[in-house]
Amino acid sequence: MKPAPFDYVRAASLDEALSALHEAGDEARVIAGGQSLVPMLNMRLARPSVLVDVMRIGELARIEHRKGMITIGAGVRQAQLERWAPLAGTLPLVASMMPWVGHAQTRSRGTVCGSFAHADPSAELPLALLALEGEVHLRSKKARRVLPAADFFLGMMATAAQPGEMVEAIGLPAHGIGTGTAFAEVARRHGDFAIVACAAIARPGGAIRLAVGGVADTPQAIALPDPSDPDFDDRLNEFAWALNARDDLHASARYRRDLVRSLGRRTVEEAVSCRS
Amino acid sequence: MPKLNRDTRTDVTFTLNGKKVTARSEPRLLLTDLLRHELGATGTHVGCEHGVCGACTVRIDGEPARACLTLAAQAEGADIQTVEGLEPEPGGMSPLQAAFREHFALQCGFCTAGILISLKALFDRKPGASEQEIREQLSGHLCRCTGYTPIVRAALAAQAQMREEEPRNA
Amino acid sequence: MTVNPPADRWVGRSVPRIEDAALLTGRGRFIDDLPTHAGTLAAAILRSPHGHAAIRSIDATAALASDGVVAVVTGDDVQRLTRSMTVGVKANVECWPIATDRVRYVGEPVAIVVAADRYLAEDAAERIAVDYEILPAVVDPEAALGSDAPVLHPSLGSNLINERSFSYGDPDGAFAGAAHRIAVEIAYPRNSCTPIETYGVVAGYDPGEDAYDILANFQGPFSIHAVVARALKVPGNRMRLRTPPSSGGSYGIKQGVFPYMILMGVAARIAGRPVKWVEDRLEHLAASVSATNRVTRLEAAVEADGRITALAFDQIEDCGAHLRAPEPATLYRMHGNMTGAYAIANVSIRNRVVLTNKTPTGLNRGFGGPQIYYPLERLMQRIARQLNLDPLDVVRRNLIPANAFPYRTATGALLDSGDYPAALERAVVEGGLGELVERRTNARAKGRLYGIGMAAVVEPSVSNMGYITTVLTPGEREKAGPKNGAQATATIAIDPLGSVSVKVASVPQGQGHRTVLAQVVADALGLEPSAIAVVADVDTARDAWSIASGNYSSRFAPAVAGAAKLAADRIRAKLEAVAAGQLNTMPADVVFAGGRAASRSNPDNGVSFARVAAAAHWAPGTLPETVDQTIRETVFWTPPELSAPNGSDEVNSSLCHGFIFDFCGVEVDAVTGEARIDRYVTMHDCGTILHPAMVEGQVRGGFAHALGAALYEEYAYGADGSFQSGTLADYLIPTVMEVPEPVILHHETPSPFTPLGAKGVGEGNCMSTPACIANAVADAIGVDDLDLPLTPSKIAGLLAGPERQAKNPPRQAREAQPGGRRKLTGEGAAEVAASREAVWKMLLDPATLEAIIPGSHGVTQVSDTHFTADVTLGVGPVKGRYKAEIELFDLDEPNAVTLRGTTTGALGFGEGEGRITLSDTGTGKTRIAYTYEAGIGGKVASVGGRLLDGAARVVIGQFFKALANHAGGANGPGTGLLARLKGLIGGRS
Repeated sequence: MKPAPFDYVRAASLDEALSALHEAGDEARVIAGGQSLVPMLNMRLARPSVLVDVMRIGELARIEHRKGMITIGAGVRQAQLERWAPLAGTLPLVASMMPWVGHAQTRSRGTVCGSFAHADPSAELPLALLALEGEVHLRSKKARRVLPAADFFLGMMATAAQPGEMVEAIGLPAHGIGTGTAFAEVARRHGDFAIVACAAIARPGGAIRLAVGGVADTPQAIALPDPSDPDFDDRLNEFAWALNARDDLHASARYRRDLVRSLGRRTVEEAVSCRS
Repeated sequence: MPKLNRDTRTDVTFTLNGKKVTARSEPRLLLTDLLRHELGATGTHVGCEHGVCGACTVRIDGEPARACLTLAAQAEGADIQTVEGLEPEPGGMSPLQAAFREHFALQCGFCTAGILISLKALFDRKPGASEQEIREQLSGHLCRCTGYTPIVRAALAAQAQMREEEPRNA
Repeated sequence: MTVNPPADRWVGRSVPRIEDAALLTGRGRFIDDLPTHAGTLAAAILRSPHGHAAIRSIDATAALASDGVVAVVTGDDVQRLTRSMTVGVKANVECWPIATDRVRYVGEPVAIVVAADRYLAEDAAERIAVDYEILPAVVDPEAALGSDAPVLHPSLGSNLINERSFSYGDPDGAFAGAAHRIAVEIAYPRNSCTPIETYGVVAGYDPGEDAYDILANFQGPFSIHAVVARALKVPGNRMRLRTPPSSGGSYGIKQGVFPYMILMGVAARIAGRPVKWVEDRLEHLAASVSATNRVTRLEAAVEADGRITALAFDQIEDCGAHLRAPEPATLYRMHGNMTGAYAIANVSIRNRVVLTNKTPTGLNRGFGGPQIYYPLERLMQRIARQLNLDPLDVVRRNLIPANAFPYRTATGALLDSGDYPAALERAVVEGGLGELVERRTNARAKGRLYGIGMAAVVEPSVSNMGYITTVLTPGEREKAGPKNGAQATATIAIDPLGSVSVKVASVPQGQGHRTVLAQVVADALGLEPSAIAVVADVDTARDAWSIASGNYSSRFAPAVAGAAKLAADRIRAKLEAVAAGQLNTMPADVVFAGGRAASRSNPDNGVSFARVAAAAHWAPGTLPETVDQTIRETVFWTPPELSAPNGSDEVNSSLCHGFIFDFCGVEVDAVTGEARIDRYVTMHDCGTILHPAMVEGQVRGGFAHALGAALYEEYAYGADGSFQSGTLADYLIPTVMEVPEPVILHHETPSPFTPLGAKGVGEGNCMSTPACIANAVADAIGVDDLDLPLTPSKIAGLLAGPERQAKNPPRQAREAQPGGRRKLTGEGAAEVAASREAVWKMLLDPATLEAIIPGSHGVTQVSDTHFTADVTLGVGPVKGRYKAEIELFDLDEPNAVTLRGTTTGALGFGEGEGRITLSDTGTGKTRIAYTYEAGIGGKVASVGGRLLDGAARVVIGQFFKALANHAGGANGPGTGLLARLKGLIGGRS
């Protein structure tokens, strides 16, 4: 279980990283914390020719809060975000999810953006990005672009990032005053990938959004009426079916739909109850 | 820009248990292999090489991390602590190690190094960690021998001991 | 921790472990930590991606030319240099440690690359080209018995490798006269105790002496030494086997390293240099060893009050692809105690052993116990449920009475000691069963799902080396000669400074043997345990050992520690005579205590222990005539009770029989189906307790393993033989968050058959706990049939009523059958700006295929409708190079065509079929609709199962997207493309 050979670029600046990615194109991968990539290297599922290490680029290691948007750079480790003092006040949903993201020993190295770039549909952070309608800042040597979360995730481990392009940062809108959020997850063991994960956001104006991970190939979200609304369960049920759950080793499709219905309702109710 | 060629062994330099070390490494060499087979620090064990079992956990710049998910090249310039760095003096034991012995918190001892490192990192950062926090920290480790109960007991006992000693050491 | 420490001796106290100083400071000496001979090479093993396939050819040319490679070893080499491993039954079948003409399970070794280091060896292993012809596989043991089942070993004629039927007492009469006949049917799954340290072997070969020197983290039994030496075609004294001082857990599993001793021996011989192989985790999960899975129908003849008068077992044991030594021992280890803790005089047993396309089985903690006790204890609950009795009363009424010991069971075991009713009643009171019953009442009143389960178990230890011959008929046994006993050895040596060393062949993997032996010997010689040096690893060239040596069947405390006590007693008796001479007193007057020998009657008359002990070195002439020497004493001990199976197939399969009574309260979450253990109580009678903390450690460790087996762990296979639990993210080992702390109780009745009164204790919870938890879950949710592991999804499925349907039901991917072939189905559509005819032409054009096959490196046209291609496929970073074959069928120009494709590559293989239909939408546009069905296997299926289906959909989506693009459907970058992409890939599959 040893990686196949690759070249390794320790980029000292963003320009260096982007040049290296540009040069190697499809054959290159960014390595940040490596917590998703290195297992695949060790198993030789992934065999890039070039790894571009972006963790020495100081400017990427920042979390910034500006105009209601929290921008998290590609070098920010999950533990850094977890311990970022304003997190609970500005992104309570993310704060409540952080303990579910892997284990302390992987959050210490794994980056926030790396989790998005990896696009595992059961991972918690992509669910947060979709639930909060965040945005992904992509950067290549030639251009930069910003994609809404819904356009970034294309499928299982598939994103809209093109060869030569890297996730430079992600932006998450800060929690509006009075917004209620809730998160719930069922996994086989503590720290495992979710069988079903639900994140709900209830805005003061009444808008309710539920995002679900672990079921479809990408996290999916839906706008829902108030849980007291007679249509609520119907709408949630249609959503549960539309996710096209499948059987796997750990859970049946039916179980996943059941959890979307039960956990989904529970999560929305909790978000609504803490809305003010 | 430093580009390390796949076939070339280059120097990696970092601090291991307080001492500066340099070893030769190809880009793909895992930190576990560098520590164990290049530097002879065999106290860190390898159990799964995909980041689940926790046996290879070492501290990198103070944080507990999977050495099997770390390329040796990524360790350049880092401050690394392994189980070999926990012993206060040869033949001695830190309070954490002593508590593990007293509470029979190990049997085969294969997973133990990683667990000690994770707990040490937790207590250094958060001396008053709750039992729940201790358990969450331990949940990143698999132990097949003990059923975990004595590990939790040892951690709590060591924590109490260290907090008692803290004012004296200060 | 210390429970009532005895004041006058070390045994019975929880002294700190000698082992820990090294293990806590990183100075353990595990196999991969040890220095090797200069020039030692590293091995990597190429393994089968298929459950069943014929090997047409192996081409190692590119691998041999790869950097650092010294040799590539295949089945041909192994057949040339070794002979087939011994099979434990009479059957026309060979058993090789590597595939020869065909592969029979995913992970079976196919070739070994020997190179300068492991990285280079893995590089080269990827370059070996193996041409497989895939054969139909069978993984279900009942299906394997079917007349139409694929046969794994043609020489055998079928997959049934052994069948025996047994009858004890008068089961037919008992069933005929029974008030009730109550039965359970169980499919016990596969699992393994998976030590955190994997297998390791370092092998050398000396052609001058035709001798092998093998270091392996093997655990015993050393009967396997004979198997390996015979396979390597050398006498036993040319097969030196050594074990490292530390071993990172085993729980039986490291018995299974032995085929790799043979393989690495051969590799070292061919390479001409020592070879080291350390198994990686993926190899371990797929192909190390597994416990057996077993299908059991167990029926009881039951009186109205719940008393059982007869049991009828029908067992189908699945030993995987090869019957490897010592199998089918799992099936026979419990043969003497098939009636568990109960007095049941009439028993019939039908045992069938089948081979399937799964990893060969071997030792695993509990060995045979879980497979017996799960049906038996589920049956006890079923009897209570069906007859409306209290389950506790059903257990009570059937327990062997206290005055019956030693008790001879119907099948031949001699249960050494115990007071089962007293232990049970103590557990009920001290463990608070009444409180749990109250909690259940309260919980149920609130509509919650709370259940109570229990299990009573007899835990055998110290295996009779002859039990496995019960698989032979009495006539076959007669011919083969009797096999029996359980030789244990211990050596005590005294050096010229009078310090004491102990040497045993016990090969511990974390059980603290060295500490306990120091306690035992310290007591005998009046020394501190810290003064005793203990060596417990083995070197067959130097040590006293026998076939029973090793660390298995919980034999340490009863057998090995007992042998050490006998050796220490023997040397003490001699030292008493020596001391008597030095002290001018009688031997009976000599007392050894506090590091001195002194006169009992005149304690001031004393001398240091060392002075007495060293006399045999410095002044042998001063020894009394009755004493030859006191330098070294080796004891061999085998209990007379372990006789060979008799002509009626009665067998005392184990020497000692501990007793366990467990009960637990479990609450099931009605929404998530999760089972939460409220309290778990486990009462043990393991005879005399030598070290209370270690006994508790064994109980907790066994409990954690059993909890895993009950709720989380399974080696799962698809019907095509694909292995689905290939990583530790798929094979789920409980963490500290999942394992509750059991309440541990003890009731000691010393064994009259062992020198220290001790019995084994390490395996019992693996036998009792799965059944106990399942009984509680069954009680909580009110169901009869429950197979392990009890996953939340499975429990929720049992609780679920009809599902709320969708108003607009999406076309569902076909639901995979449990354990079924991994099939992926989907459909999609796209509209393109081209005519049907134009699209049709493209589909049959190699240039189009070249352009639309994702990652194509070149398409070759074999015929009008047959193409081959070299492609790179993947999603995200997961990419691999594959050879693809594409054929077109059922051409209906210009309306529809079927594409059939296969791909093979290092990451696995896939096959798929898609029907493409073209329809005119008017205005010169064409709608391309497709449906597909695909199957995937190999490495990706084993290690990436969770991600696989989604990833395959992405790849298939890429293909059709490219087709649409090529046909002129691309609307350019922007929202249109993205929207359509989603429709293609994720939308309606």
